Amino acid sequence: MPLLYFQILANGLVLGGLYACIASGFSLVWGVQNVINILHGSFIVLGAYLAYFAHLHAGIHPFLSILIAIPVFFAIGYGLQRMMINRIIAAPVLLTLTLTFGLDLMLQNGMIMAFTADFKKLVLDPPLGTIALGEVVLPVDRLAAMALALALTAMLYLILSRSRIGRAIVAVRMDREAAALMGVNVARIYAITFGLGVMMAGASGPLLAMIFPISPLGGPAYLGKAFVICVLGGLGSVPGAMIGGLVLGVVESFGALWFGPEHAVTLSFSLLILMLLFRPHGLLGRKGYE
Amino acid sequence: MKRDASIALVLFALVALLPLSGEAYWMRLGTTMLMYGVLAMSWNFIGGMAGYPSFAVAAFFGLGAYAGAVAQKFGVPMGFAWVGAGLLALVFAALLGVALLRLRGHYFAIASLVVAEVLRELVNSMTGLTGGGMGLNLPIPAMASVDAQARFFFYVMLLLAAVTFTAMLITANSKLGFGLRCIQQNESAADMLGVDTTFYKVSAFMLSGVFVGVAGAVYASWVYYIEPPDVFDVLYSVKAIVMVLLGGAGSMFGPLVGAAAFLSLEELVWRNYLEVHTGVLGLMIVLLVLFLPKGLISLSQRLGRRGKLR
Amino acid sequence: MSALLELSSVTRRFGGLRAVSDVTLSVPQGEVLGLIGPNGAGKTTLVNVITGVHPASAGKVRFAGEDITRVRPYQAARRGIARTFQIVQPFPGMTVLENVAAAAMFAGGLSYGQRARDEALQHLRFVGLAEVANSNAAALTLAMRKRLEFAKGLAMRPKLLLLDEVNAGLNAAEVDQALELIRAIAARGVTVLIIEHLMKVVLSLCSRIAVLHHGELIAAGAPQAIIEDPRVIQAYLGKRYARAQAGAHG
Repeated sequence: MPLLYFQILANGLVLGGLYACIASGFSLVWGVQNVINILHGSFIVLGAYLAYFAHLHAGIHPFLSILIAIPVFFAIGYGLQRMMINRIIAAPVLLTLTLTFGLDLMLQNGMIMAFTADFKKLVLDPPLGTIALGEVVLPVDRLAAMALALALTAMLYLILSRSRIGRAIVAVRMDREAAALMGVNVARIYAITFGLGVMMAGASGPLLAMIFPISPLGGPAYLGKAFVICVLGGLGSVPGAMIGGLVLGVVESFGALWFGPEHAVTLSFSLLILMLLFRPHGLLGRKGYE
Repeated sequence: MKRDASIALVLFALVALLPLSGEAYWMRLGTTMLMYGVLAMSWNFIGGMAGYPSFAVAAFFGLGAYAGAVAQKFGVPMGFAWVGAGLLALVFAALLGVALLRLRGHYFAIASLVVAEVLRELVNSMTGLTGGGMGLNLPIPAMASVDAQARFFFYVMLLLAAVTFTAMLITANSKLGFGLRCIQQNESAADMLGVDTTFYKVSAFMLSGVFVGVAGAVYASWVYYIEPPDVFDVLYSVKAIVMVLLGGAGSMFGPLVGAAAFLSLEELVWRNYLEVHTGVLGLMIVLLVLFLPKGLISLSQRLGRRGKLR
Repeated sequence: MSALLELSSVTRRFGGLRAVSDVTLSVPQGEVLGLIGPNGAGKTTLVNVITGVHPASAGKVRFAGEDITRVRPYQAARRGIARTFQIVQPFPGMTVLENVAAAAMFAGGLSYGQRARDEALQHLRFVGLAEVANSNAAALTLAMRKRLEFAKGLAMRPKLLLLDEVNAGLNAAEVDQALELIRAIAARGVTVLIIEHLMKVVLSLCSRIAVLHHGELIAAGAPQAIIEDPRVIQAYLGKRYARAQAGAHG
């Protein structure tokens, strides 16, 4: 295997770590509430703007702005679920999709008004440089962003598997009626779940801001990736999102090498369609929710 | 069915009088409204009758637009190009339907949403045939005047809307429509009862594709310049859904009422809040879903019912 | 009497689990066959195999002389296999009449229109639901919904009617009404396969009983022979009880 492939693989894994973080919150909301949050992508972008402006005006390092993003975005998500989404939670799939789509149009338009449609790039001064692992060279900022992304994802996993609230969320995911009978306040759990989902989006924004330019219309691309990852890894589980994210990162990196970067969308969506048709429950084969 | 048909006849006859106004603005609006009506009625086949949350309208629209444009580039007469575009959309819907209609819920919704994205990328990359990101110019039909041209496209859209409506009316009052209602209510029970669900769903999907394909081709000729992000815009899919929701899913006139109501709102927003028009559009969608999920027709029925003792 | 339904060595696996294992069974035309067995014995799976919901992993299903092992559920329905569900499944947003008319059209082969409605109404009269023909199906009581299932089943013009626990959840009087109905249906020459927990129902209706246990057919025969069969007693009541019984009898 030539060296180039190791480099591409490493790039893919770094990207994949970030993707896992993007997708885990989206997957959680979809799996637990059967709601596809179209806003997810735009919340990532909003988190990226938060990091950008915190760095620009207050000199806050983007890694630290994650600490601001976590409570802020959790509160946004919690409120959104309580005030809007909960009202139509029992309605057909189409309505929740349309509702979050409408909200997304508003958020996108709002971001264009507030931040203009120009691309912004967060530039650290001084730059963090690169690190060589044998012959493979990786930029430190990417590596650090991946490490933090994985840490955030692991944090979500720990919340779900270890805390009381997390276990209640898992219980609601498995059987809402039974959980309600056991005394779980389902509406509150939904709000917390949605809060956690939005929190993961907002918190991954600063990480992506260190690597990619920020545009108010960048949300749908992130959303598409989150969706593909859910289908790859299976729905509603953090390990699934992790696997799906890493697979997508690696596939995209090699796809760019072999087919050219301009076909990235077609490639990942072809993968999506194939997965939906032949492995609808994900690579791990776990049963998904419709 | 007869009652619906007569109401529709009166309605279409009234709309056909619009060119008497002689104003280009109203002609443009009328043509757009009829096109929106075609998109909404088409979505109703799969989304309203069969209950499958399709986002494929943009894919059929863009496919039709490019098929019509490319055909004309190779010298096919305009009318034939339009019909050809519809047939291509029909075949495409059949093939796509066989693959995608095995999925349900969100999976179907997103897979159908993705189709337009993939087609857009393909069109973008097939520069030789489609002009890629540069877009494609269409021949401008030779007409006596700009007004005559506007009138021509208005009547073509009117005809297309009438054909689509007729197809919808016939379908709703046939075994196909009844079977689709069964599928919408409970697909596995319908299967057990002898409904060939795959065939019915694919038929509905084909019906939801063919007229949109023609509409896309007519649109391309009407505006005589198309580019991928314009005709493969996901908003076409969302607008079709919103129009049906606005008009009330499952009713005959819902899609048309929804199209008219939606276009009026959109026009109002465009004229007054150009800067924030997508945001206001989003707000409209949110308010509609939260406060009027069963549509305007249900609202009028609810109000009407108060008067009657039932 | 020729066999209407013939299962030969039918097996259905779900992953590693054999829900139905090597079942060979023949149902002659006109028979009322009872299918019993403890919970999880594979009774509903067997019905799903016959109707094509979960086609057999191995073995053959023949119906009216033709191989139907791989047909899809709608094809099975059109060939004359009707089933009712353990959990009744009407189309909730349609009227009672429309529910039955759907069966008459799609499985019974009628075209869309008045005739299907007329026929549906006849079946509703037969099961005693004519008064509620134009009510919403979701508004019916459980007992009425079960009768609606019968009407739907009949409208499918079945040669074989598969009844999956039609009496579950009904009170004694309702069960008696259902029994009457099943007898009347059988009297029309429809072959009936009935899954049932109430032994009273099985014994009073069935000319023959088949017993499934852990997916295997452990006995088939006349009702009296079945309830005395030690293997059946063992399956239902456990080994120790069966041995005690055997000991007590000598």
